[in-house]
This record gives sequence, structure tokens and C-alpha cells, in this order.
Amino acid sequence: MALLQISEPGASPEPHARRHAVGIDLGTTHSLVAAVRSGVAECLPDHGGEVLLPSAVRYLDGGRVAVGRTALAGAASDPKNTIVSVKRLMGRGLADVDDSGRLAYDFVDDDVGMVRLSTRAGVKSPVEVSAEILAVLRERAEDTLDAHLYGAVVTVPAYFDDAQRQATKDAAELAGLQVLRLISEPTAASIAYGLDNASEGLYAVYDLGGGTFDISLLRMTKGVFEVVATGGDSALGGDDIDAALAAWALQRAGVEASSAGDRRAATIAARAAKEALSSEERTRFRCAIAGRAVELAVERSDLEAIAKPFVDRTIAAVRAVVRDARVVRDRIDGIVLVGGATRMPLVRRAVHDFFGRAPLTNLDPDQVVALGAARQADALAGNVGAGELLLLDVVPLSLGIETMGGLVERIIERNSPIPTAHAQSFTTFQDGQTAMAIHVVQGERDLVADCRSLARFELRGIPPMVAGAARIEVTFTVDADGLLSVEAREATSGVEASVTVKPSYGLSDDEVTRMLQEGFGHAEDDMAVRALREAQVDADRLLAALASALASDGELLAADERAAIDALAATLRRERAGEDRSAIEDAMRALSTATEPFAAERMDRGIRRALAGRRVEDV
Amino acid sequence: MDMRLSSVDDFELFGLPRSFALDRAEIDARRRALQAEVHPDRFATADAASRRAATQWAMRVNEAYKRLADPLRRGAALCELAGVPIRAEDNTAMPAEFLRQQMAWREALEDAASRADIEAVERDLDGERRNRYQRLAAALDERHDAVAASREVRALMFIERFAADVERRVAAFEG
Repeated sequence: MALLQISEPGASPEPHARRHAVGIDLGTTHSLVAAVRSGVAECLPDHGGEVLLPSAVRYLDGGRVAVGRTALAGAASDPKNTIVSVKRLMGRGLADVDDSGRLAYDFVDDDVGMVRLSTRAGVKSPVEVSAEILAVLRERAEDTLDAHLYGAVVTVPAYFDDAQRQATKDAAELAGLQVLRLISEPTAASIAYGLDNASEGLYAVYDLGGGTFDISLLRMTKGVFEVVATGGDSALGGDDIDAALAAWALQRAGVEASSAGDRRAATIAARAAKEALSSEERTRFRCAIAGRAVELAVERSDLEAIAKPFVDRTIAAVRAVVRDARVVRDRIDGIVLVGGATRMPLVRRAVHDFFGRAPLTNLDPDQVVALGAARQADALAGNVGAGELLLLDVVPLSLGIETMGGLVERIIERNSPIPTAHAQSFTTFQDGQTAMAIHVVQGERDLVADCRSLARFELRGIPPMVAGAARIEVTFTVDADGLLSVEAREATSGVEASVTVKPSYGLSDDEVTRMLQEGFGHAEDDMAVRALREAQVDADRLLAALASALASDGELLAADERAAIDALAATLRRERAGEDRSAIEDAMRALSTATEPFAAERMDRGIRRALAGRRVEDV
Repeated sequence: MDMRLSSVDDFELFGLPRSFALDRAEIDARRRALQAEVHPDRFATADAASRRAATQWAMRVNEAYKRLADPLRRGAALCELAGVPIRAEDNTAMPAEFLRQQMAWREALEDAASRADIEAVERDLDGERRNRYQRLAAALDERHDAVAASREVRALMFIERFAADVERRVAAFEG
């Protein structure tokens, strides 16, 4: 079946119908965008040739926003309107930000959900701030590639919990990006490393970024990247070392940083000194505090004494993951270092000592994550041949619900391969109980108070029964992005009870819609026009997908089944050419429903193919 | 052969014999081969129906993998397939001698003051665990006695839980 390629209004048809997809590393200190061009993954530079975009957003007068280096220039002089390290605030409540007193921002103290910052441009959520950064990267990619983006793979720390992942996804959507997948940073790094070096075996990825630490163990087998175990600390990074070094230097100099701007200036100076000490034995710490120049000598040994407790914490996390995975240290084939902070000789020594071998350092630790994400994006856009790259990831932290006495009942254990679903039954506590509050938590501790609260549910409409007679089945589903959804039903009566979700630290759908309506990098778009265009793009995707499915497995269909599908496809093509969004959506739904048995047949064929006498050595 | 989601057991799905003695490397390789066919990423540009079907299968494969890769769950699955479900929640009755040994271990762990004390408990535990797994393998693969096998599975569930506690103590020592 030959299908007409219909391009989006305003976009020129592409010569090879290649889909342009990018990988984005949304980092604590800086962010990058990368794409695969002519088979090679590369980070895309800005007009000045820089690939690193400082993750800084400054709200200026007159509704203008500066992002990157120009924003960073205001960090010390205009700290309340210059947001840096916003990643540390994603999916976090005020109580979680233990250094909120140290940060220069005006937090909105309403104690509900995710933190909000009060700026010149109004109250901003970390999601909106991150979206500003992502929008700049999207524009950079569209300019460089001179194409509309099919979508993006955005990386998150492996140890990010559900709220932090969801916040990242919301930010990308707010920035006008279609999120093909969220993947873990260490996994992305291993893809870049493994594909470039055709590596096989068990690898450890040690990723110390500006604000987060991750350790992952992965097995690489012919293009399949399988996460074995992951761990870390989502609030530990190079930033902490900078802050500790700044505090040490100021104490030495006998000065106090009392204003937000002074504290910023001291941290910036500390970071510069830390970076210099990766290659030099000594350097000078220089900054201006309260208009007075502060300058003092710093030896590498000073920095190492200050950084040691933080590095020790990373090694404790590495030890825990190695134990969790039940692997012997010397069975690990290589250690990949990721993140700017791994340039510190102290970190390299500590990793070397633990594993008894030198870590691999032939990749730029700043770029490797974005490069790997670009490879995955290219594969998800369908540009890579089947079998060349497949990523099998895990849940980083256990998921469960609160039971009597503030205890956690785990439903999905950490390091379970995803996607996954698991159901657990619960019962009522009182006679005639018709409602049940369900509190979803994430973490490894036994007490609810020690875990992350993800969401609260109210389950209503349970038929009145004696205590203990109802059977409430709660199903947790974690998709391939590592995002959780929860369903609940009463099993004995078959009654589907209504569920309302209130994310503890996320944005509600209404809030996301409102932010989208307020316009984000596409202010010229009218919502209705945009929705129509999205429906048209979705229709094109569906038709193209169907065409390729029919081309490869069309013979599975009987003549009448084929005729029915062809007729519905023709209807969709006709509606697609029009302007009626709901008609397009109806036609898509009809076609999708009609092709469901065909999709199931094709999947069966795939499974049989996997089993058909294949030997382990071919797999 | 019809490969519908609900109609195959884990062993059929993975193309492996219904036996306890299985090579972990082979189970891992089978999972990779299956996921290479059904993982939703393989259908990222496909229609919604295919993606839904892919996700269902990928979950099914991961679920089966969890049961097959872990020897204790594999043993339990084989008992179940032979018509002897384990019912760990409502069948906790264990022989008195086994319970006495459990209590002795728990006391030894509580009294352990040094790394060496814990290692002594660990050695004891490892020996008992190895014996039990051997007996489980013999009951399932040689004698095809699912009732005897289910007793070993229940005992091993206690032992694995205790082993996890021991590991936590070791971790606490390592800091």
C-alpha cells in the first residue's frame, strides 16, 4: 500500500523522510542537546560554537527571559530572579530542600506540593524554569537541523523518583517537545560508550553531576543495554562540594557572606577554584564580598579534605549497588565516569581503589550523556535498523502503599525490569466501610515517614460489607519511561471504584494545561490551531505505521479484514486533509480499534520468531 | 502454537524445559531475545494498538523473567504448575525443629558483636541453604514430588528472609 507523504503545513517535505530526533541532557549546572547526523552522534553548538548551555534562567524586566551564559552573568547581582541548579527543585517540596535557607530565592511558602519561586516575572514552578532551558535547546536544534523535531529523549538521574521524572516530562512538553522517552543518565552514557567501543560485558557507570549522584551496573550484549541494578543519591553532587569549599574559604578569610548575592559570588569562586585544582596543585580563590576583594591560596589537599566526606558517600552507594546486584567486584569489565565532577583526581582515585582498576576516561564526561540520548532518540524515531539498539531499564526505587500503622507495603521492588505491572489485594478495616484512602509512596524504608510521598487516592463506592470482606485490588503499572500509574477496583463485587489522584509534589493536569495556554515558546500559536496540527501529525504517524505493518505482515489478514482496515484508513486520510480535529480523532480511534487484533497477531509472530530454534549464541 | 498472553506458562514463553536446573545465562539470553521482539521501543513509531500490545507482552516477559531467574520463585512456580500452590501467606506451619534452628540463628545474629560473629552465622546459613536447594532440585527434577518440593520452598522462604537480615547487618558494619 503506497501512502502519500503529507508534510505539516509550513514544513518542507524531507528528502529521505528521516525523522529528526534529539537527545537532551537537562543538567544541574549545564544542559546539552545532541543529534545523530550521518550516522554520528554530536552535540549541537550555539551560534558562538558552545555546546554547554549553563542551566541558568534570569527573569528580566518587560517579560524578557535570558537563558544560559547571559543569565548566569546576573547570578550574583540579581540572585532572586536568576535561577540556577533548578534541577534540584524538580518534584520537590519546600521541606525536601534542606538547603533552602542557603539558596538565594524567594520561596513561596504555601506548603503545598512542589516548591514555587517568586520572581520579577511572577511565581514560577521549577517545571516552568526548566522549560525555558529546554525551549532554548529545542530552538537550537531546530535551527541547526533546519527541521521540525519529531521528538526528544530527555535524560534524568537514574535515582530520580516518580515525581522528579514526571516534573521533567512536564517541562519538556511545556517547551513544545514530544518526549519519546525519559532515560537514565548513566544508561545514556553507557549507550554512547558501548556503541562507540563495541563493548560487551558488565559495566559500572559512576555519574557525579552538579546535583545528583548515580551508580548503575549494566550488561551490554550486542546492542542490548540491560540495567542490572541502580542506586545513588538524588541530592548529592558537585554543588555540595562547591558550597563546602566556599564556606571554608570565607571562614579562612574571616568574612561573612550575608547577602544572597555574596553567597552566590562565593560559590562561583569556589567552583572555579575546584575546577582549577583538577589540573593544578594550587590555585587562588578570588571573589568580592560586600564590595571587598577576598583572595586566598587553596591547595589541592585542602579541597580533597573538604570533598572527602561527599566522595565517601558516593562510594558507600556504589558498595550498596554492587551488593544488591550480587556481583563480585572483579567481574566488572569496565567503569565509565560521567559528570564534570569526575574530573577531580580524588574521585578517580576513590573509584580506582574500590574497583581495583582504573576507570575509563576516553569520553568527555560532560557530553557523553547527551550523545547516548541522541542515539536512543534516533532509534526511537525509527532511523536505526532493528536489533541495533535496545535498552532494558529498571525501577530505581521500590514503590508501595501505606498500610495500618504508617508502614509501607511494597508492591514493586527496586531494580525490577520495566515495563512492569503488579497487583496486590487489600481489605477494609471497618464494617460498612465504603471508601478507602490510598497513599502511594516510593523508597526502601519500612516507615511511610521515611519514604517519598507520590500521590494520595480516594477510592469511593465500595459496597458496604463486614470488615475484611472487601477485596481491593490495587494495580501498579510502571511504563518504559519509569513512570507509575495506579488503578484500584473492588474485586468481589466487580465494582470499579472511582479514583482521584492528587500528586504530592507534581503539577496537576489543569496546571500543565494552564501553563501551556499561557504560551511557552509558541505564543503565536492559537491553542485550537495547535491541537489541529497535533491531530494531523498523529494521523500521519498512524497511517505511516500502518503502512509499514501491512507491508511486513499484511498476509496475516484475511481479505475482508484487510478491506475493512483499508476503508478506515481511507476515511482517516480524507479527514486528515480537512480542518475538523474531532473528525480526525474519531477516524484515528476507529482505525486503531480495528487494527487491534492485527497488532496482537503480529506480536505473536514476533514471539514465535524469538523462539523458533534460536540458539543462545545467536541471541 | 498459540502464543496468547494468558495461554502460555513462563517456561513455554521462554522456550525452556519445565525443570528446576536451568542455566541463568540462558534465561538472561532468552529474555533479551524476547524483549528484542516485543519491547515497546521496537514499536515506538507504530500505531497505538501495536504499542499497547507490545507493552503488555514486555510486562509479561519481565514478569516471567523475575519468576524464572530467581531459583526460589522458579521452584515455587514449578510446584504451582504441578498442582501444589505454595500459599506462603496462609501456610506458615513449619516443623518444630526448623523453627528451633531459626530461633537459634536469630539469637546468634542479635548477639553478634563483630564482623567475624556475623560471618559465622552467614557460613552456617549458606550451608543450610545449599542443602535445601539441592533437595529442592532433587524433589522437582528427579523424584517429581511437588509436595516435598513445596516444603523445601517454604523453608527456603524463611531462610532467604533471614539471609536478607544478615546482609543488612553486614551492610551496617561496612557503613
